[in-house]
Order: sequence, then structure tokens, then C-alpha cells
Amino acid sequence: MLAHEFMRNAYLAGTFVALACGLAGYFVVLRGQVFAGDALGHVAFTGALAAAAAGVDVRLGLFVATVAVAAGMGALGDRARPDDVVIGSVFAWVLGLGALFLAIFVSGASGSDGTAAVRVLFGSILGLSAADARLAALIAIFAAILVLAIARPLLFSSLDPEVARGLGLPVRALGLGFFLILALVAAEATQAVGALLLLGLLAAPAGAARLLSDSPWRGLALAAALAVGSMWAGLALSYSVPALPAGTAVIGVASAVFALATIRAWARERARPAPWRSLGSEGR
Amino acid sequence: MATELAALSWNLVGDFEQLTAYPFMVQALEAGAIVAAMAGAIGWFMVLRRQVFAGHTLSVIAFPGAAGATLAGLPIALGYFGACGLGALALSLVSRAGEGQLSSESAAIGTVQAFGLGLGFLFVSLYGGQLSGLQSLLFGTFLGITAGQVQTLLWIAVAALAILIVLGRPLLFASVDGAVARAAGVPTRWLALAFLLLLGMAVAATAEITGALLVFALLVTPAATAQRLTARPGRGLALSVLIALAVTWLGLAIAYFSPYPVGFWVTSLSFGLYVAVRALAGGGGKA
Repeated sequence: MLAHEFMRNAYLAGTFVALACGLAGYFVVLRGQVFAGDALGHVAFTGALAAAAAGVDVRLGLFVATVAVAAGMGALGDRARPDDVVIGSVFAWVLGLGALFLAIFVSGASGSDGTAAVRVLFGSILGLSAADARLAALIAIFAAILVLAIARPLLFSSLDPEVARGLGLPVRALGLGFFLILALVAAEATQAVGALLLLGLLAAPAGAARLLSDSPWRGLALAAALAVGSMWAGLALSYSVPALPAGTAVIGVASAVFALATIRAWARERARPAPWRSLGSEGR
Repeated sequence: MATELAALSWNLVGDFEQLTAYPFMVQALEAGAIVAAMAGAIGWFMVLRRQVFAGHTLSVIAFPGAAGATLAGLPIALGYFGACGLGALALSLVSRAGEGQLSSESAAIGTVQAFGLGLGFLFVSLYGGQLSGLQSLLFGTFLGITAGQVQTLLWIAVAALAILIVLGRPLLFASVDGAVARAAGVPTRWLALAFLLLLGMAVAATAEITGALLVFALLVTPAATAQRLTARPGRGLALSVLIALAVTWLGLAIAYFSPYPVGFWVTSLSFGLYVAVRALAGGGGKA
């Protein structure tokens, strides 16, 4: 399988993108910002289409749009943890803009049939060139390092914002900073798995890790490991079953992992006396 | 509502006659009105219950349903309703599993959504990549509505609104204060399931016309604007429906005279109104 260059490229980019998604996703889930991550994925789609419609490099549109919208949502919401209704309203408009750019792009002089739109929506990890893959891996490593660099204070301020603020941690700035890193990850992952499937890599491994481990650091490592594992297994699966698109395979594996973790958590909850369980889960 | 009046005054009588000269446009306006009434009312409850993410997930799940139905050669409407019904059941299952754990609930919703989209992509690629079809599944075919579809839509909307009227009072109670409602003997769990199914139904009916991605615009933005303006349920519901109706009709009218898609105008009008209301009403509102 690895004899093919496109598979080597896919594995190179996929591994690090999944790593960044797993790490960032853990905080996304911990902070209850899955919807914001979802919104950023769609913003990435609109940004890429806007760039395509304007004839600029798609990557530029991706990064500019996600970072700008992340900053805007952070500013609109309270305490840099924007409200779902605010996100939803911004989000709906961004989707409308996406429809506009798609219409301009498809009817534009570029004579394209919308393949680019599909690539943006669902990714094209098997179509990356060696240079693209290296660049994707580098940016993903950079994002992962950023997440790890602020991991300790961010963890503290996510779990107990009041105490963290009392101890002098810049809770608001940390939240906004994390949001910007998330935007970077979203823009990056869009190229690998597509704007619509990004959410799966953010939410499923991290959600499973939260269910499997109560310890934050072990959970963080587990989220990253599960994301990378899902990527590897998904790529291998889509290689052996040609009809299965890579994005679907990766998300399928990640969803299966999440489903198994949920079933395990259920079974444990049954075995444990109920009051203790509810006390334990109110911890945040 | 200043936007509505200002925009209407641009439309001369001649423009209006031109607008309604073609049956497809009349049908689009009729369908838009029905969809707006349904989405405005159900969206108001969705925003009140803070189930925006669930609403978006349901609307996105409509896409694999439609793609799957196309692949299997079934009527697309069946795909929309089947997928949204299944999605509502799945969401109520995962939210029950993660009870008390907000963060893992949203992770579960996200996973359901991503999995649905992955399936949709699989169906589209198995079908042979009908790209224009994909675009209309995601962004809608507002102007291609038949008279038969309008009729069906009307019955669905009447049924959905009738259910909403029956459920309205206990649902409002359960949404505003779940714990007290449960103590008073209101079956909050069943209400939550019923509401998700209702939301799924509204989404499926709307998605057929606006596409999977734009349903959301009609569900969330008018309702959020209305809740900024008034906290009273009756007035808020009426206002939400009114705003949804105004932006849909205006969006259709502007799109008719411009080269850009309806979805863009509808979302831009409703978002503009939301921002204006937020700016004018200040931070005192609810949503």
C-alpha cells in the first residue's frame, strides 16, 4: 500500500492533521465548543469558495476566512466562549455567502464544473502532491505545538474558570487564543478531510477519550492517539475498498470508536450506583 | 421591521406584476410562505431550548437522506423524512446517554452529524458524482417547485403546526424550567423526543426546497431576532414567523431581479436584521 506515492502523501499529511485535530478536539469537547468547531468547518468552506471565485489560492481563503470569523465570534460572544445562538446566526449567514460564492464560481469564466467545491466540502487527501503533504504536515505540527504550549493553563481555565481567574490566569485571552488555534486547525484539516468531515475528527476521538478517561492528560493523549488511529485505519480501509471515499472511511472508523466508547460508558454506569455517578460527572 | 418597509418601497407595482407573472415564481412564493411559517414557529422553540446544534445536525442529516434516496431510486422526499426521523431518534438517544454531561452530549451530536455527512459523501460518490445534483441537495432548488409539492408542503406544515399547538404549553414549560416541569408531572423526556421529531419533520420539509445547508438560516436567525425583541412567548412566536416570512419573500424577490442565489439573499437579510436588532436593543435582550 505504501508503495504508492499518493498513499505515502496521504499518510504523511493525515497523521499530523489527525494529531492536531485530536489535541484541539479534546479542548473543544471539554469546553463544550463542538458547535463552534462545526461552524468553523463551514466557514472554511465558504472561504475556500470565495478564494476560488476570486481566482486566488484556495489555501489563502481558508486561513483568512476561518481566522477572521473565529476572531469575530470570539468578540461577539461573552467571555470568549460564544453562545450557540450567536454562532448559529453568524453561521447561517456564512452558509448563505457560501451559496453565493459557489454560484459565482460555477458560473464563472474558469469553466469549472464544481469539482473544486466537492474537494473543499469532502477533502481530497488521496490527491495531495508531495509538496502539499509536507506543507500540511508542517502546519499541523505547528498547530499541535501551539495547543500543547497553552495546554496546562487552558486546561485549568476550561475546567474551573473562576478559580483560574482568581489565580490571575488570563482566561479570556486563553479562550480567544484557543479559538484562533482552532481556526488554524480547521483550515488545515479542511484540505485533508474536507470542511464537512472535519467535525468528525474534532468531536469523535475527543468525545471517546472523554468517556474513556477522567484524567485530563491521559484523555488528551488518548484523543490524539484515537484520531491518528482512525486516520490510519480509515486510509487503509479506503485503499482496500476502492468504492469507499477516504473521508467517509476515516469518519466511519472514528464514529465506530465513539460508539464503542459510549457503549462501554453505559455498561459501566449500569454497574455503578447511580448517585455516585452523577456526583462525579457534575465536576465541571 | 424597518427593513421590510424600506425594501418594499423599491418594488414598484410593475415589478410586482412581473414577479408574479410566472407560475414558478408564484409557487416559490407560496412554498416560501409555508416553509417560513413552519420554520419560524418551530425555530422559536429550538432557540428557546438552546438546541441550535441539534437543529443544524438534523438539517445536515437531510443531505445523506436525499443522496441515499437518489442512489436507491426512491422518491427524494422519502429520503429527507426518513433521514431526519432517524436523526431525531439518534439525537434523543445520545442526549439521553450523556445526561448531565453537556460536553459529551455535544461530542455525540457532532459525531452523529459527521457520520451522516460521511454517508452522504459515500452515496454521492457511488452515484457517480452528479455534481449539480449535489449542489442542489446542499443549497436548494427554490425556483423549481411544482404545484404538487406546494400542496404536500402545506399539509405537512398544517400537521406540524397543529402538533406544535397541542404540545406548545407543556413544551414551553419544560423548555423554560425543565426541573420544575418534571416535578409538576410534565413528561419532559417524551416532550424532548416529540420536539426533536417535529424539528426533524420541519427540517425535512424545508430542506426539500432550501437545500440541506440553508434550512438552518430560517430556523435560527428569525427566532434569535424575535427573542432579542420580546421575551413574551405569543408575541415572540408571531414575530419570528413574521420575520421568517418577510426575509423569505424579500429574498425571493431580490433574487428574481439579481443574478445571485436566493439562499444568499435570505440569509443576508435575516442576518442583517439580527445584527441591527442586536445593535439597537443593546445587551438587555435574552438571545
